[in-house]
Amino acid sequence: MSSLEAEFNQIIDQAQAVRNRVGAVRDQIVSDIYHQAREITEKVVKTYNSRDPDRKIDDIVTSKIFGYPLMFALLSLVFWLTISGANVPSAFLADLLFGFQHQLTAVFQWAGSPDWLHGVLVLGLYRCLAWVVSVMLPPMAIFFPLFTFLEDLGYLPRVAFNLDKLFKKAGAHGKQILTMCMGFGCNAAGVIACRIIESPRERLIAVLTNNFVPCNGRFPTLITMAAVFMGTLVSGYNNFAASALVAGVVVLGVSVTLAVSWILSKTLLKGVPSTFTLELPPYRIPKIGSLLIRSILDRTLFVLMRAVVVAAPAGAVTWILANIQIGDLSIIGHLAGRFDGFGRLIGLDGFIILAFLLGLPANEIVTPILIMSYLTQGVLLELDSIGALRQILINNGWTWLTALNMLLFSLLHFPCATTLLTIRQETQSIKWTVLAALIPTVIGILVCFLVAQIVRTLGFQF
Amino acid sequence: MIVEFKLTNLPIGEKAEVVSVLAQGVARNRLLDLGLVPKTIIEAVRKSPLGDPVAYKIRGAVIALRAEESSQIRVRSLN
Repeated sequence: MSSLEAEFNQIIDQAQAVRNRVGAVRDQIVSDIYHQAREITEKVVKTYNSRDPDRKIDDIVTSKIFGYPLMFALLSLVFWLTISGANVPSAFLADLLFGFQHQLTAVFQWAGSPDWLHGVLVLGLYRCLAWVVSVMLPPMAIFFPLFTFLEDLGYLPRVAFNLDKLFKKAGAHGKQILTMCMGFGCNAAGVIACRIIESPRERLIAVLTNNFVPCNGRFPTLITMAAVFMGTLVSGYNNFAASALVAGVVVLGVSVTLAVSWILSKTLLKGVPSTFTLELPPYRIPKIGSLLIRSILDRTLFVLMRAVVVAAPAGAVTWILANIQIGDLSIIGHLAGRFDGFGRLIGLDGFIILAFLLGLPANEIVTPILIMSYLTQGVLLELDSIGALRQILINNGWTWLTALNMLLFSLLHFPCATTLLTIRQETQSIKWTVLAALIPTVIGILVCFLVAQIVRTLGFQF
Repeated sequence: MIVEFKLTNLPIGEKAEVVSVLAQGVARNRLLDLGLVPKTIIEAVRKSPLGDPVAYKIRGAVIALRAEESSQIRVRSLN
């Protein structure tokens, strides 16, 4: 027994000795490479010792006083430019596309097609498409280039630098911030980006929490609800208040990410943070041409195509559900009725819950489905402004609480089907995929319930 | 007299020379990759708003290290 043990220890010692020798050789190799590289650079590279402008920028960007306010201000500015800039082109596209709908209708009438075919194809499929394109394309065409600009400029690593300590405390990896930035574009892309985190534990945390960053598919809903909320709360609201509200929702999303990461790393995914090094690259003025091409082609059109592919069938299905009557109520009315009690409990209503459930394939179609189901009885108005939309919602019993909770629930609910499939692929586990859907949904229900109860208890008028 | 200390204790704006890297395994590889070999000059550039991580200038690049990593690096003052 003891001789065996001694032998074993001897082997371990030998192994350690070999490792140390090899380690020393390795260190020597690295040292030599760097030494040579430096000799060469000293010969051929001239540095002009101009006062480093990057340092001055970083003095402000990462300063104790300005660092965080500047991040919030930049975020608000991006949303403000997106909201204000998208209004006019959105109205233009809506006019164009809904105008074309009348021509389509004329063609269907001329061909003598039955009402239901016209309904499914034009009033369902086409109208949902037109809505998605006119509502989503302009904001994306503004948001993505702006975001790519900040990315190319080198600002994002500074954000990671500023926030890293919070993530360390939450037991997460600093690179998680970069995967969250990808999540702004698309959560499925954000989940794939988590591959950059080597430690499996921290990667899983990043995968499970990526959904707390609102993706591009949810921004139209967030922006619309922020505008409706502000408009319902105060007359004569301005875009700036709405953009600050959206930025606030993003901050809330980041806070929830930190909280959930912390809880996960204390319970299901125990462990200590692994190595973290982050380069703060020099600032670069982005090349506008390539920036536009990349952000419009690779991101805007990619996300729009995905939305279109999902929106078209969803529009058709919604129309069918809304127009088949069982008894004196449409199928959608029956379904919404089922969820109504629960919906009202958390400050929403049955139609909203149903829209989120039907919107599982893609978050982009939640708002269009909701509008379509509200409008089943009437003819679709030319929905070209947020004001018109607000009127429809108010007619359906909305208050500012509904808009606020819709905003919150849009941030805090299950990821879309694409993201869930990606999580399944990346984790190879049904358990984690189910958890990735459950965690945000439970949090969302709790938050909305609390907000609704607090607001009602305080006795605001409803 | 040569004073040797942890990189973590290097004040902002000051330079020092790397003596050794104590980290092992993946962390060691990562730090060596960045060029943190003995005799490298390293400068503490700035702290993040919450005090950690700290950005260091290493061979012309600015790299942020958490205290967990910088405490694994022994340095000595230049003069």
